[in-house]
Parts: sequence; structure tokens; C-alpha cells
Amino acid sequence: MTERTFHLPDVGEGLTEADIVQWKVQAGDTVAVNDVIVEIETAKSLVELPSPYAGTVSALLVEEGQTVDVGTPIISVAAGSPAQESGQQPGAPMTPAPVPAAAADDDGQPSASLTGTGPKADAVKRRPRTGRTAPSAAGKPAAPAPAAASAAPAPAAAPPAPTVPAPDPRPQAVAAAGAAVQDTLSRLIQRVLAKPPVRKAAKDLGINLAEVPATGASGEVTKQDLISYQAQREAEQQSADTFWAGAQKPRDERIERVPVKGVRRATAKAMVESAFSAPHVSIFVDVDASRTMEFVKRLKASRDFDGIKVSPLLILAKAVIWAAARNPSVNATWAGDEILVKHFMNLGIAAATPRGLMVPNIKDAQDLSLKELAIALNALAATARAGKTPPADMQGGTLTITNIGALGIDTGTPIINPGEVAIVAFGTIKQKPWVVEGEVVPRWVTTLGGSFDHRVVDGDLSARFMADVAAILEEPALLLD
Amino acid sequence: MDLKHLAVRPEATASGLPENGAGNADPGMVGGEADPAMVQMLSPEGELLLHGPYGAYAAELDAEDLRGMYRDMYTIRRFDQEATALQRQGELVMWVPMTGQEGAQIGSGSALQQQDYVFPTYREHGVALTRGLELSSLLRRFRGVSHGGWDPSETNFHLYTLVLAAQVPHAVGYAMGMARDRKIDPQLPEAATVAYFGDGASSEGDVHESMVFAASYDAPVVFFCQNNHWAISVPTEVQSRIPLANRAKGYGFPGIRVDGNDAVAVRAVTSWALEHARSGKGPVLIEAFTYRMSAHTTADDPTKYRLSADEEAWISRDPLIRLEKHLRAAGLADDEFFEALAAEGQAMAEKLRADVLAMSSPGFTDAFTDVYAEAHPLIQEELEFHRRYEAGFADSQEPTA
Repeated sequence: MTERTFHLPDVGEGLTEADIVQWKVQAGDTVAVNDVIVEIETAKSLVELPSPYAGTVSALLVEEGQTVDVGTPIISVAAGSPAQESGQQPGAPMTPAPVPAAAADDDGQPSASLTGTGPKADAVKRRPRTGRTAPSAAGKPAAPAPAAASAAPAPAAAPPAPTVPAPDPRPQAVAAAGAAVQDTLSRLIQRVLAKPPVRKAAKDLGINLAEVPATGASGEVTKQDLISYQAQREAEQQSADTFWAGAQKPRDERIERVPVKGVRRATAKAMVESAFSAPHVSIFVDVDASRTMEFVKRLKASRDFDGIKVSPLLILAKAVIWAAARNPSVNATWAGDEILVKHFMNLGIAAATPRGLMVPNIKDAQDLSLKELAIALNALAATARAGKTPPADMQGGTLTITNIGALGIDTGTPIINPGEVAIVAFGTIKQKPWVVEGEVVPRWVTTLGGSFDHRVVDGDLSARFMADVAAILEEPALLLD
Repeated sequence: MDLKHLAVRPEATASGLPENGAGNADPGMVGGEADPAMVQMLSPEGELLLHGPYGAYAAELDAEDLRGMYRDMYTIRRFDQEATALQRQGELVMWVPMTGQEGAQIGSGSALQQQDYVFPTYREHGVALTRGLELSSLLRRFRGVSHGGWDPSETNFHLYTLVLAAQVPHAVGYAMGMARDRKIDPQLPEAATVAYFGDGASSEGDVHESMVFAASYDAPVVFFCQNNHWAISVPTEVQSRIPLANRAKGYGFPGIRVDGNDAVAVRAVTSWALEHARSGKGPVLIEAFTYRMSAHTTADDPTKYRLSADEEAWISRDPLIRLEKHLRAAGLADDEFFEALAAEGQAMAEKLRADVLAMSSPGFTDAFTDVYAEAHPLIQEELEFHRRYEAGFADSQEPTA
């Protein structure tokens, strides 16, 4: 009894993977050559695979529903002698009939299986030459020089065999078409909503609407938004003119004294407490958030979310909740003798308010649907901006997000909100060159930063948590499972 | 899919006689109607009706001929199934199934004489069988171990041509050459070429040029178009507003539409056409009206562009079933015959599998062997250089391109 393994073949031309749709056999079954063993779905079609071996199925190596790379072992068959059956029905073989006889080959592996002949070209391995001189001179006599022969016994001197990556076989036209789609998409995502008079006013004032915080019901920039932005800009510009005090002024007048109180004092105390008691470890990950941008765009367009402001922060919030459930230690409190793991998510959102930095949190965020979470985020932001955040909203947080991207910042090392062990910094999302399958393409890229209390969260756990969050931003559809 | 063509056939069978044949002095010429009647001799019920101008050719067939045609059709279908399975098992890069077209291929192939020369597409497995080609050699190219797979001069069966319609001008040129050879040496037998192509390839410019040249020079060529209804996913109706056989009229030579799933009719019509061509009367176009029961290739999924009802409509026209009905009804073959055939087919498939698995990759030096018919100094020089180059590696082993 020899054990043979069947590797997923490339049943199309240049396919790289297939989904296992349905197994037609199970371990212990007897199969004959060409008996259908499994149905797979490729990018091109549904295909039934016939068994290349006769014998008893010893194991199915992949499960239904799995997506499997070409070349992956999918079934092993212990060769035996299956019962002989009488074969063909003459005259009516429109569909391939089972072929009952045993295979003729006797080695374990199928001879030179042709699987994986598609784009996954084997890396080229360079063989070492006998001589050290370059072999380029065509007219050179073939016999190796004695000196070269004597050099040969030192194998360490032989150059290593470098692997040369296979060139991307896709024609340029494909990349060009992809770029065009990308372009259109970018324009759609970048498009700022505003009514025509607001657009004209912005143009007259020389204001880029994309820079104006939008508060409109559908995420549009309102007239009021534009006026406040203009007022703020003017105030900044005016104060900038008068900010510097000349050298002729007395020293005391050149230093402004700002009393530390209220939120400033609380913030300072909290940050010192956190920074000098919790050993911080910060990690970063770059993410292709193009799908998140698309998803946000679709949500904005959907009737269900009519009137609700939707931003990438919503997806990040959902991602953090999702990832925390998979890595619960990040949603915890260090209590000296014990670690309190919270089986609920009071999700804090760091918000710049007129009174200073506040971190109100959304209670039991784990129970909210995407839409409810969007509404909660909007309410939290509106209350905070108005400076009306009640103290209760700021207590009992379990994990915090700081949306520094809203200010155009790529990333940072945030300080953990006291009482918590993790904080995620959401960098700005902008188009950057990104390598997709060997091609540099513009993608919506962001950087996630995270700081973790090393007393609770070790490096591997923080890494897994961040990778999970990143995975959602890369593919929000994962939230569905 | 448009079924108007299909509707024609049962009526033609009932009346028994294709209209274009009866009493026509020039039996091949299509009368200029939009829809030529289709030549058919074996009804879907297996009833053999020999009449019309081609009937005489069918009448020559004896029981052994008919059994032989059935044996070939059965064998090639079994071969097709095994090759498809081998592809699904990763042993072939791709396969081009021909199931459903056995009648057109075995019928036309069996009409050939030894001196005739065939220019196939990439789907003429049945014709290859009639030419005596070792079937496993057809798979060498699909396994990626050869650029060709066989020596065409041994069987007068040219290498498969993957570029659509590219073999059609070759067939015309070769036919013109054969005609000239005979002028120099009248002892040579009269011979013709057959250019196989499909309904899809009929839209290629090469076919037009070929037909113009063939007509201009009265080249001894038979254009054999297997209209299998689908150019991958494009139906014939998109390729032509008129029956393809009618196109011959524009070039001024006979065009015949034959029931491609009726092996007897195909053989009779092809025999007539070859005789016509060999005797110096010029080219003939045969449109074999058939159906590709399977996918275009193993990388194709026909369910994406045609209805299974269309496929089912053709099952009753299966060329094998039709001839089997006739053989049984006429008492020309019994259960024993068909059982023996099944066993032969199984043995053939097993041997084929073993042969394919045993195929080895060619050495790089093989690339030099068939460049010229005879030794050539430049090729010899390059071969020598290559050998020296290969010998210059430390771990020099069997060179592998």
C-alpha cells in the first residue's frame, strides 16, 4: 500500500487558486481512476476533478469552503486494488463514464505534474560556472583552464545561487486599465459635497473645500461650516501677525503665563500617570485602506445611512471592537495584583474640544450595529465639539482611539488613557504609491499606531491585535463573519 | 440560441431527400437559396436512405466499413474523455475536447486516401485517428513536452495549428504544389488537401484569401468547415447571416451543407469532394453541421453562455447513437461487438495514460534537430557552441533549456 497525494492542479490556463466546493468522497472510500472526487470552483468555472489514483481515500487534506492555492495537497489515497467493475455503455457516452481500472503508474508522486504553470513561474536558479572568468566571449575555447580547475575544489568560493524573481507577465495594458479605474475611484472618493453657492463662496475666498470640516446632514460642507472656517483662519492669520514680541520689550512681557487648570491640569496629570507608570510599547502598521474608502462611499450613498455622517473612523471603531474580541487582553485594566479583562467595550474617542482634550467613550459599543455606532460617534463628536460632554461619558473607558488623521498627521505614539492598556492612533488616509502584485499603484494608505501597556499586553499580542485591526481596514467585508 | 437551423432537419429526413441533390447535374452547387437543404443519409432513428448524387458513394460502404467508422468514433470519444481527465488531474496543461463532432471527423477522415494531405486545427483528434497517428502523440503538445508531437510526413497529417485559420492558406499552397508536382511527374497519384477549420475561423481573412486563391488556381483542396455552432462563446448566427456553405457561391465553387452528425453522409460528400478536387475541377467547401457537446477547451465553461436545453436538444442527434441504431437494426453488429469495443476502449485509455505519464521532457539539443531537413553548417555551429556552453557549468547535468 503506497500513499499518494493529489495536488490541486491548474485546470484553467494560469489559474492560481480554487475554492473547494464539495467533496464527493470521504476518508475510507474506495476510488477508481477517474472517479469524481471533488468539485472545485475556479475563477473560470465549476470543475469536477477525477481521481488520478485507485485505492482507498486515507485523508481529505482541505475542507469545503477553503480557498486553496494550485499545488496544495488536497487528498491522499492509499493505493490498493479496487473492485473491478464493467465499464462503458457503448453508444451513450456523452458524459464521461467512470473508468474503473487501476492506474498504470507505480511511483508515489505523479510524474512531473504540470500544476502551477501559470503566473507563478519558478524562480530562476543560476548555476555556478566552473571558471571565474565571465563566459561571455563566444569564441573562447571550451576546455576549462587548469587554474580554473584548481579553484573549483573550494566550494565556499562559488557564488551563491541567487534567485531572480520572475518578471510580472501581465501586459502593460492591464496595469493601465487598473490605473484608470483607480483614478475614477479616487476622484469619486475625493469629491467633497457642497451646494453650489457654498462652492462659489469657497472658490472666491480661495478655500479648499476638502479642508473644511463638514457638518451637513449628508456630510456636506454647509454655509455655516465655511463661515466658521474662514473666521478661524482669519483669527489665526491675525494673531500670527502679532504673535512675536520684539526684542525691545521687557522680558516679562514677552512671556505669557497661562494658568494650568481644569481640563489642562487633568490631562497633564493623567498623561504623567500613564506615561511613567505604564511601560509603553508602540507599534505601527501601514494599511491599504482603499476598500474601507469604497465601503464608506457606499454607506454614504445608501438610503439606510441617509442623514448619518459616515467616515473611515466608523470602520476603524468597528475594527477595534472586532479585534479586541479576538485579543481580549487589550481591553483590560492593570490592577496591580490582577488584570481585569473587560467583557464589554466602552470605546473612547479622543476629541479636541474648546475646553481641551477629552476622551468621552461610547458605552457597550460591542452591542451597537454599524448604523447605531455611526450615530453614537456623531453624537459623541457633536457633544464634545460643543463642550458639553458630561463627566459620566468620560468614565469607565476600556480602550481608546485617537483620530490624529483628522488633523492630517500620519502617525504617532499615543499615550494610553489611564485605567486602560491600549490606544490606537488613526493616521490620515491619503493616496500613496503602493505595490500590488509587483506594480506600483496609487492606493488609499494609512498608518495605524498603537501604544500598549507592556505589563498586560506583550509584543505578540499587540501585534496580533493591530494586524486584526489592519485586516478589517484592508477588507471591511471580514466584519460580516 | 436560434433553433431555426435545427428545425430543418427532421422535415428533410421525413421527405427523405435533400432537395439540392435530386436530378442536379452539378451535385455540389448550392442553388442560391438562402438556406440549402442539408445532405443526410442516416436519420436520427438510424434509418439509412441512400439517394441523390452522393448516395452512390455511401452505397459502396460495406458492413465492415460501417463498423470501422463506429469503432473509430467510439475510440476517439473514449480518448477524448481520458485526455479531459488527464487535464483535470494536472497531467496536461490544457485539452480541446471534440465530443459531439465524431461524425464529421471520422466521416471525412475515412474518405481520405493515403496520398491526400490534411491540415487540421487543434481539435481534429478523430481525423488523426483515421490517418493512423499514434493517439498519445496528440497529447505531447498539450503536456508541454513538444512543439509538435509527430512527423507529419509519416501520416500526411500536419501539425496542429493553434492560430485560427492559419492552416487554411497552407492547405491551398500545398495543394497548388501537389498539382504542380504532378505536372512534372504524371506518375504521382492524384491527390488533394483538406483544410479543416471551424465556424469561428471562417470569419478570418485567411479563409477568404485562401478561397480566392484556390478558385483562381483550381487548387485541389477541400475546405472542410465543422460548424459546431460556437466560436468559444459566439454563436454562428453572429458570424454569418447565411449558411456558411452558401459562401462558396461567391467564390464560384461548390458548397455543400452536410449533417455533420451523420458519419455516412459526411463520408459520402467528402468522397465526392475529394474526387472533384483530385480530378482538377477545383476546390469544394463542405459545411458539416454539427455541435460541440463539450467546452471549447478545459479552460472554458459553456454554461456561462449557452443553455443546457440547447445542449440537450443535440443529445438525440448524437452521431454515435445514430450509427449504433443503424448497425443494430441492420443486424451488422450485436452486443458482443459493442462489449468488445468497450474493452478495447478501456485498454486504449489505460495505455494512453501510461504513455502520457511516461513522457519525458525533451533535451535542449532537440531544438536543433528539425530546423532544416538536412544538416546545416550554421545550425551545427550553434549546436556545438551550445554544447560547449553547457559543459562550462560546475554541476553540469542533463541540460534543460
